[in-house]
Amino acid sequence: MITFTNVSKKYDEITVVDELNLSIEDGEFVILIGPSGCGKTTTLKMINKLIEMDKGEIHIDDKNISDINGDELRREIGYVIQQIGLFPNLTIKENILVVPRLLKWKEEKCDKRVHELLELVGMPYEENAMKYPNELSGGQQQRIGVLRALAGEPPIILMDEPFGALDPVTRESLQDELKVLQKKLHKTIIFVTHDMEEALKMADKIVFMSDGKILQVASPEEMLANPADSLITDFMGRHAVTTEEQYHDLTCKEVMFKELIFVSETEKPLEVASKIKKSDHDMAVIVDENAAPKGVVTLDLIKQFQQADKKIVEIADTEVEKVSENKLAKDAFNQMIKDNKNYLLVMDDKNKVTGLITRDVITNSLARLVWGDMDWAL
Amino acid sequence: MTMRAVLQHLYLVGAASVLTMIFGSILGVAAYLYKSLRGGVLWLVDVLQTIPVLALLGVIMIFFGATSTTVIIGIVLYSLLPMVRNTYIGLEGVDPAIKEAAQGMGMTKWQRLLKIELPLAFPIIFTGIRIAVVTSIGIAVFGAVVGGGGLGSTINRAILIQDMGTLMQATFALMGMAMFFDFGMSYIEKRLQSR
Ligand SMILES: Nc1ncnc2c1ncn2[C@@H]1O[C@H](COP(=O)(O)OP(=O)(O)OP(=O)(O)O)[C@@H](O)[C@H]1O
Ligand SMILES: [Mg+2]
Repeated sequence: MITFTNVSKKYDEITVVDELNLSIEDGEFVILIGPSGCGKTTTLKMINKLIEMDKGEIHIDDKNISDINGDELRREIGYVIQQIGLFPNLTIKENILVVPRLLKWKEEKCDKRVHELLELVGMPYEENAMKYPNELSGGQQQRIGVLRALAGEPPIILMDEPFGALDPVTRESLQDELKVLQKKLHKTIIFVTHDMEEALKMADKIVFMSDGKILQVASPEEMLANPADSLITDFMGRHAVTTEEQYHDLTCKEVMFKELIFVSETEKPLEVASKIKKSDHDMAVIVDENAAPKGVVTLDLIKQFQQADKKIVEIADTEVEKVSENKLAKDAFNQMIKDNKNYLLVMDDKNKVTGLITRDVITNSLARLVWGDMDWAL
Repeated sequence: MTMRAVLQHLYLVGAASVLTMIFGSILGVAAYLYKSLRGGVLWLVDVLQTIPVLALLGVIMIFFGATSTTVIIGIVLYSLLPMVRNTYIGLEGVDPAIKEAAQGMGMTKWQRLLKIELPLAFPIIFTGIRIAVVTSIGIAVFGAVVGGGGLGSTINRAILIQDMGTLMQATFALMGMAMFFDFGMSYIEKRLQSR
């Protein structure tokens, strides 16, 4: 656990971090976000003493970091920066092993660690270990940057806009990988960004800073739903075009998923599974010859009942609730949450299925409220 | 002209260059690491170069007499500037992100210097070495005045007895030496920079 108690930092009489109080639990993915110059980097670097605070205390578990030698502290805390900063004179292997070597690990343990880490990001040892950083792409370099931070098995990792300089596609895949790694390795990650999309995607807890102070600490869902300050709303809604009123008026038709997969009652589970896999969704709607809905089947359901000879309708969820296209979306959402359903079928007035509302649809709509209409794929 | 003179000249240049590298890199690193020393060190090596060579040698001769030690010390003082300056500039010029990463990994100041900063600054430091070596070939010629020997003495004598042949030979030997080191080391320098 990391605790900030009344931490302040000044540069020539200008206070850049102001009486900060914050606690971070073990294994938590915490994102520091806020406008440029609000003190995110300063806050982050005070944790590993790259910057010394002027006032207050930071404790890691129950140790006051001011009692720990800076270099030794930093060997126990991973650090990743936007500019990557791999050492160009060292091979990938040597780069990864900087901290283990400082910690005087045995050679075999070092060797094993490099293999295991490169494996973790799908970069084979034979192909990559002996290369120099300039032989890798930017995305690969930052993967190594992350591995270098993980190498000494630190419980805490600090990341300052680690994916800020990467192209959007690479950034997204590194975000996904990091999220998986964090879940798997159970690290405490403190991550700075000014990209709200990234924050909402990655964080367990978002810390919104402005002018050296914390405006709000909340989970992504809570921050989306109840931003504590108009600055936060602005930050999230930079591209917002949909106002709250419009949102209240949205109908099911406007928010539902339209690209459905229809299958007939008699199809075999395996055929259906392969159809579903080819699409972006994880479910299909079963219809009879009159296009009337008979039920919904998800990939999970098919996996549960692995009986290839059954008809699909026999394993489907046939008790699906239906709503009319013109029903208000928020009412449909309420109904879903109240009945604890994962999806609703949306029907037109001729009793034909036209769409599907899932939990993702709710999230998307909520996101649209603050961002406006953009492709918000979760 | 004798082979002995050439070898003697090379000895003066070699010994001086080794000392220049040692003291120059120490001063350059000191200027980089310690802000309080920086101004003083850089000023000192700058000023040393503004003193006329003969005057400098004269002053050193007071302490060490007319020996090759005097010549070597003179060459060192004179060629410190490129070595110190390039060491300092090279270290100062290492990408701040790399320095920050090194510090963030928990390397101590000296570990960073030895494992990261000096290796990365080396191409620029090597340029300093090249300039120092080539300069000292020229300066060693003045060594004759204070009895240091080398090609300077050969040239001096050749002028006195108006022996044009020897004069030309000695001059070409000096030029050859300077060009050999300059081109050879430039080549290594290019290789270093392209890494
Ligand atoms: N070494 C320094 N000397 C003086 N002022 C500084 C120094 N470092 C940072 N500052 C100032 O402190 C404030 C906070 O800086 P910090 O780097 O923490 O901001 P940030 O939130 O990380 O911003 P960004 O999103 O632009 O990276 C800024 O106003 C910055 O100008
Ligand atoms: Mg910053």
